[in-house]
Amino acid sequence: MPLQTLEDFPPELDKLWQTLEAVVDPEIPVLTIADLGLLRDAEIGADETVTVTITPTYSGCPAMNMIEQEIKRVLGEAGYGAVEVKTVLHPAWTTDWLSESGREKLRAYGIAPPAKGSTSKRALFGAEPEVTCPHCGSKETEQVSAFGSTACKALWRCRSCLEPFDYFKCI
Amino acid sequence: MTADTEKMTPEQQALFDYLLRLGDNAVVLSHRLGEWCGHAPVLEEDIALINVALDLLGQARSIMTYAGEVEGAGHDEDALVYRRDGFDYRNVLLVEQPNEENFAVAIVRQFLFDAWHYELQTALLQSSDARLAAIAAKSVKEVTYHLRHSSEWMVRLGDGTSESHGRVQEALDDLWRFSGELFEADAVEERMAAAGIGPHPQSLYAAWSETVDRVLAEATLSRPEDGWMQSGGRNGRHGEHLGFILAEMQFLQRAYPDARW
Repeated sequence: MPLQTLEDFPPELDKLWQTLEAVVDPEIPVLTIADLGLLRDAEIGADETVTVTITPTYSGCPAMNMIEQEIKRVLGEAGYGAVEVKTVLHPAWTTDWLSESGREKLRAYGIAPPAKGSTSKRALFGAEPEVTCPHCGSKETEQVSAFGSTACKALWRCRSCLEPFDYFKCI
Repeated sequence: MTADTEKMTPEQQALFDYLLRLGDNAVVLSHRLGEWCGHAPVLEEDIALINVALDLLGQARSIMTYAGEVEGAGHDEDALVYRRDGFDYRNVLLVEQPNEENFAVAIVRQFLFDAWHYELQTALLQSSDARLAAIAAKSVKEVTYHLRHSSEWMVRLGDGTSESHGRVQEALDDLWRFSGELFEADAVEERMAAAGIGPHPQSLYAAWSETVDRVLAEATLSRPEDGWMQSGGRNGRHGEHLGFILAEMQFLQRAYPDARW
């Protein structure tokens, strides 16, 4: 992730980023927008205006408006004045930006995290990732559908414990 | 809307036309896929088709917002999509072809489009227009997924039962005449290619053709002969189907202008 570590930040930015930690993805509420890598930048301008930069997971992600409202609400409650939320497309979001703690939170929530550093992202054929069942840890799993309940997930099933589960698609 | 476009330079006008082609393809195909909501053969596929529709709609929003800025006439994405008439739509004819309540038709249409869309977005990664390159970098990830999905269905249906094979071959034979338009060059496309903004349409053909051959071979389907190719959509000459799409899509904004959610 291109984000700086919090320790390098001046205190006021440190506080701003920590405040933004309260903003979660409305569709996967165990993950913060920082965990997901959606939060690209946050800064305080000379006129005290706060600018927060976010990027969508998918072009049509319907959660973006809500995330923007949440950022404004959370920062407003924390006493920040003018808040501007910018959405950028470049560089394009990738599941590789998901934080280590975010991946663990996903697994605990019952969603298999994306295969890491996968080379299959642009492979057109024969690129089934190995996905571990988030319930029982078995690797005996199969894809039921390439698309799931949200744009970022696919539907899988475990052949060991027979439970269905969501897999966070690797892009 | 045409009166305002007089203020654009010829370069801006060509870019605007080009962006409308990209955006309209995405909007119209998204709408066709949306028609499957609640009607697909299985629940998982219902979800899949709508997911693809959502990706395309998101891509269209990025493109249309940019198109509105290039045009400089104060039209946002909604104005461009909901207030333009059929003859101002610039999508290829392939994407407006109706579903005919036939899943094979939806899959073949999607496959022919995805195989082309994948090559187009890959080429746009190198666009000299930074905004378009950024949109492509986002889109190509989604389109890769779409192509994988429609290819798998081509194989599953083609190499399936005699019923599914027959249906998908018939849909392929029927829709093939709309594939030629994807690779047609005209003044707009030539200008984009010369400026390094978009690829020359014919440069996408070889890779598209290879993908098509590979998938059709695995699907045990026959590639139709190239015959008379229909075209005109990119210049606003559409079949009767587009009007019905727009009548439904634009109803609310036409009846209640500026209505907000």
